[in-house]
Amino acid sequence: MNFLSDPRWAEALGHLPDYLGNHVRVSITALALGLLVSLPLAIIARHRPVLRGALLGLASIVQTVPGLALLALFYPLLLALAALSLSWFGTGFSAFGFLPAVLALALYSMLPVLRNTITGLQGVEPAILEASQGVGMTPRQSLFSVELPLALPVMMAGIRTAAVWVIGTATLSTPIGQTSLGNYIFAGLQTQNWVFVLFGCLAAAVLALAVDQLLALIESGLRHRSRLRTALGGIGIAALVAATLVPAAIRAQGGYIVGAKTFTEQYVLSALIAQRLDAASLPATTREGLGSSVIFEALAANDIDVYVDYSGTLWANQFQRTDIRPREVLLAELKTLLAKRNITLLGELGFENAYALVMPRRRAEQLGIRSIADLASRAPTMSIAGDYEFFSRPEWTALRKAYGLSFRGQRQMQPDFMYAAVASGEVDVIAGYTSDGLIAKYDLVALTDNRRAIPPYDAIMLLAPKRADDDRLRKALAPLLGRIDIATMREANLRASGNDATSSPAAEAQWLWEKVRKK
Amino acid sequence: MPAAPLIAYKNVAKTFDSGRVVAVDGVSLDVAEGEFLAIVGGSGSGKTTLLRLANRLIEADSGTIAVEGEDVSSVDPILLRRRIGYVFQSGGLFPHLTVAGNVGITPKLLGTPPTEISARVDELLDLVRLDRSQYRDRLPHELSGGQRQRVGVARALAAKPRIVLMDEPFGALDPLTRDALSDDFRELHRKLGLTTVMITHDMTEAILLADRIAVMRGGRLLAQGTPKELSESGDAYVGELLRTPRRQAERLGALLPREISA
Repeated sequence: MNFLSDPRWAEALGHLPDYLGNHVRVSITALALGLLVSLPLAIIARHRPVLRGALLGLASIVQTVPGLALLALFYPLLLALAALSLSWFGTGFSAFGFLPAVLALALYSMLPVLRNTITGLQGVEPAILEASQGVGMTPRQSLFSVELPLALPVMMAGIRTAAVWVIGTATLSTPIGQTSLGNYIFAGLQTQNWVFVLFGCLAAAVLALAVDQLLALIESGLRHRSRLRTALGGIGIAALVAATLVPAAIRAQGGYIVGAKTFTEQYVLSALIAQRLDAASLPATTREGLGSSVIFEALAANDIDVYVDYSGTLWANQFQRTDIRPREVLLAELKTLLAKRNITLLGELGFENAYALVMPRRRAEQLGIRSIADLASRAPTMSIAGDYEFFSRPEWTALRKAYGLSFRGQRQMQPDFMYAAVASGEVDVIAGYTSDGLIAKYDLVALTDNRRAIPPYDAIMLLAPKRADDDRLRKALAPLLGRIDIATMREANLRASGNDATSSPAAEAQWLWEKVRKK
Repeated sequence: MPAAPLIAYKNVAKTFDSGRVVAVDGVSLDVAEGEFLAIVGGSGSGKTTLLRLANRLIEADSGTIAVEGEDVSSVDPILLRRRIGYVFQSGGLFPHLTVAGNVGITPKLLGTPPTEISARVDELLDLVRLDRSQYRDRLPHELSGGQRQRVGVARALAAKPRIVLMDEPFGALDPLTRDALSDDFRELHRKLGLTTVMITHDMTEAILLADRIAVMRGGRLLAQGTPKELSESGDAYVGELLRTPRRQAERLGALLPREISA
């Protein structure tokens, strides 16, 4: 099929009003907030060397924090503040999505604006400052009619840098729940949809360039005292904001929001849930690519309505339990624990997505390895790869303790790349997921865990506190409970991660539903 | 009994760097209405500080300065500066404003209506002999040094001040431009009845332009008076300063033929 006639371009285009609208909204708000704080600070600090040093130092430190980490840090910070506000003033606020993204991005925009404003103001010749005093200007008049106009080119260069940074970094706000052009990139990476990745990158780049050029137009207008250019630039920015806000405003608010974490299976399941709700005339949208703990807290705070999690993940991560329990006991206890936070455990989907140690079938047979216990003696000569969280999770500790595992080396990888890595011999063993379709695709085998070091990971559907008594929702979701077996889920996952035009999560969700309804 | 002086310094002192540098050391000096006074001295003599004390660009440590009979320390410095013209070394024009914008700045600060400012700008450009249609909308960087200084003078006169302070206004200009400009300013001084205080390090310029000369050295006022009065001063430094122009004049007289055809 021709690359350009790939139907995924059309699908990507369909998401554009939503993704772009949210991206522009969060970027412009962050930039405006950043300017509102930075400009007065720079003006105050320009004659105060100590304050100036402190501000620039602080802004530089912020700049060295990777964008993703800065965004991620704001989520728990706001969560704590929201809880505090709730207990002190009786009203909380949502620590999910927009607010943490705006704050983190605003902070990120400060350095270029502060630095260039201070540099620009300091670059005004002393003779000119004397002249402004000499003709009888107040300090304020001197600032606004002489110093700022003369510093403007340097200041605008800083503002333009900040705008480009903010627009680029905003793509990373997807995992904390802010829809952005990053949704294309995160979803595309997970489902090997390179059309989406490319589309997201292009859209972000075009947006950044457009804003940069509009700001350049305003700058040239201000510099040459051309009202026309200033107005055109201003209208351009305003039009951009308006154009992206309109579709978002028109779209019905108050529908159900289905959450999804950052891997293929979650994209398919959230699409399936959204389709089922739509079919039951319950308008639903998905919020994808959310971090593992972000999504749980978002549900607890009613920011999303429903999502699929895994019993072992909640057990170990959210409730900090390290003891291993039999499947039924764990589920029952989990239900009680969740109920204490007013979260409804609606039921299991029917399959388990556990961590498993996975290696190529042929190699395992050659070495006579069938279980993790068999692997233990060979481990010192082998290397292992896992996802970004595996090696810091309790399961890894439990595995090493139970089997005395010790590998030659360990590496962290993007989950979808691990399977190819182990199949090609790049690494010897990976910590994969039992429901992953790639196990079958690459002819890999999951080693048995006889000592039950890894807890059960039943896929379970969770409802937000405010949806606890929503019978229409429960009824719409009921057909999915207990109906998805591991083989079906694996096949759906495999199909969805295929690098071809028909493998979108939505299409696979449709396929999955066809399978499930027949049961 | 002469009229009260328009500017009166009385025992004025100013130090910088918390007392380490003495810029002005107990100076008393009167400038009469309509007078053209030149303050002459080398760099570091305190002449610029003395000038700036008059419109409070610099605040005195001790002593009093009276302008038009009022003690300047009791006057709002902003309002004081708006009613005293100030010509900066090499113009001090605002690079982002046109000639008209620069000339009209003080009237604008005083809240003069735009049409009145516009008319005043034209009047001033005529006064400093710049073609209004040609220069009105130019930016400072599009002007020659002499033209810039003419704009500087026009700006200083814009709010119709009685007093004009000039900080080495013609120092950076070529001799012909300098000659033309100083003649023109001397004429303006007379025509508008200004009281002018000009700083210069060039005794020849001071003698040719000013009614009276004050000589500064190391923050002190060494001597003051008409060129004739100064020549009778017993001070060695003042004598040295006066000898230079005379020597130059004599050598020029000997070297140049009497008549130079135009």
